[in-house]
Amino acid sequence: MLTATSLREQFLRGDYSPREALEATTSMIKTRDADVHAFLDVYDATSEAEKATECIREMGDQAPLLTGIPIALKNNILVKGKRATGGSKILENYTATYDATIVTKLKEAGAVIVGAANMDEFAMGSSTENSAFGPTKNPHDMSRVPGGSSGGSAAAVAMEAVPIAIGTDTGGSIRQPASFCGLIGFKPTYGAVSRYGLMAMGSSLDQAGPLTNTVADAELVHTIMAGKDPKDMTTIDNTTYEPVSVKDTYTFGVPRSFLADGVDTDVMQAFEAHIKTLTEAGHSVVDVELPMFEKGLAAYYIVMPAEVSSNLARYDGMRYGTRVAGEDLLAEYLNSRAAGFGDEVKRRILLGTYVLSSGYYDAYYGKAEAVRTLMRQELGQVFTHVDAIITPTAPTPAWQFGEQEDPLSMYRQDIFTVPVNLTGVPALSTPMGTVERAGSVLPVGIQYIAPHAGEARLFDIGKRIYDSTVS
Amino acid sequence: MPRMTKEEILHLGTLARIKLTDEEATHFNTEIDAILDYVSTVNEIVADYSALTKTVGPVHNVFRADEVTNEPGSHTKDLQAEFPDAQDGYLRVKKILNPDT
Repeated sequence: MLTATSLREQFLRGDYSPREALEATTSMIKTRDADVHAFLDVYDATSEAEKATECIREMGDQAPLLTGIPIALKNNILVKGKRATGGSKILENYTATYDATIVTKLKEAGAVIVGAANMDEFAMGSSTENSAFGPTKNPHDMSRVPGGSSGGSAAAVAMEAVPIAIGTDTGGSIRQPASFCGLIGFKPTYGAVSRYGLMAMGSSLDQAGPLTNTVADAELVHTIMAGKDPKDMTTIDNTTYEPVSVKDTYTFGVPRSFLADGVDTDVMQAFEAHIKTLTEAGHSVVDVELPMFEKGLAAYYIVMPAEVSSNLARYDGMRYGTRVAGEDLLAEYLNSRAAGFGDEVKRRILLGTYVLSSGYYDAYYGKAEAVRTLMRQELGQVFTHVDAIITPTAPTPAWQFGEQEDPLSMYRQDIFTVPVNLTGVPALSTPMGTVERAGSVLPVGIQYIAPHAGEARLFDIGKRIYDSTVS
Repeated sequence: MPRMTKEEILHLGTLARIKLTDEEATHFNTEIDAILDYVSTVNEIVADYSALTKTVGPVHNVFRADEVTNEPGSHTKDLQAEFPDAQDGYLRVKKILNPDT
């Protein structure tokens, strides 16, 4: 299994080098990516890998923690001088003019950025079928989706091209593809990681996080990316929230009535088996009630499109991106956005424009925000007697291409992940077993939800429960 | 139960600056109706949201001093390179003020 931790050990022992690691990445991409299509662009990172090789030789274990580790970035993250498409035709030829803060941090930590990962257009979707540049396939079964919207990031790790890929998560876009591809996916506390240089989708929801093979790797990368950034005024520091403790044994809450409907039977069986593993390891598992969480999806599909319609107003074909000629300025806006955006993006912009219209604001956005307040209160109550909440990450394993045609039925796939974004708490998805569909063995994930700033607790749980079972 | 007309969808398209084809307007109409039906359940949850006190959490807007943080001109070339249409280093767009309208 490809991990940053094991690569570093090999680099330090001197029996493997960053140059060789990059060669392995490049050769894996050559072998598999014509079919998988995890990458939109593959960079020539030879000189970075050379520098990393030199750095390891000179500094040994004093070399920055990600020195020579190949990583992939979702293509809504800006890297100066590289194409940043957001998976959209409207930015097909757009070159980023600056580095995102997380890119600066990853570069300083020595990471070798090897390419841009495919994604649903502007991170809108749960399957990566909405990319303007064609879908990504699930390396576990090429007839199935990798999940989304960070599907390219997930597939890049799952096909063993890179040990780490960065994704973004607005309603589950890191955790659900991690579940579908058998990986670790981590969504940090809202504000933990700077969003300077990330394409905004839902500004009250978005966070960037890692997709990896082990929880230890996810912790390593998150720790490097996190921190207050003067360029993103929503970032928090370690005084914003009460400290969240790490314990010897934990009490996990299961929202039974939330899980009663709509979860595939065998996914539920895998979840029950995982609960047994938790209790056998000495932890307690109790039932909890989260009635507001169950309504979260409705609130999400008001808040998110509203913020989308506002954030995507900037893509107008004027200062950058695709401009389509028209007889006057208005016609150029109308034409550029008609030609540049795909169906799902248009649908959400229209929906968002509607719910924010004068006269409808109170009925939709105002009420959805009130639901969020109630959700936060409910969650605060539950966290007084449990340390973390657990659910399946998604109600199903990866589905086949074209299986989810109806937008609303696709939205329902996010039912367990969106409440986390609406309340701003952190969540970790780890593999919890496999299920079988049409002869294919498919991974499914479990989601652990902790209180705000509970990162350390989630990593502790993940390392003890999951990492200890893999080598 | 909200029900939209195709004309309303086309009008939303204009407000959102997206030109919609007749076919798009038809399928968005059906889909957006279905989504609005679903999301309207927030009305059952929060019958009277004015009764809820609006709270600001620990994360809220903060502002920095309005200062120039980079050398003037340091990004100009890179930004100009992205202009879809330019003349003499200026961004060229269609006339903004139209005396005929």
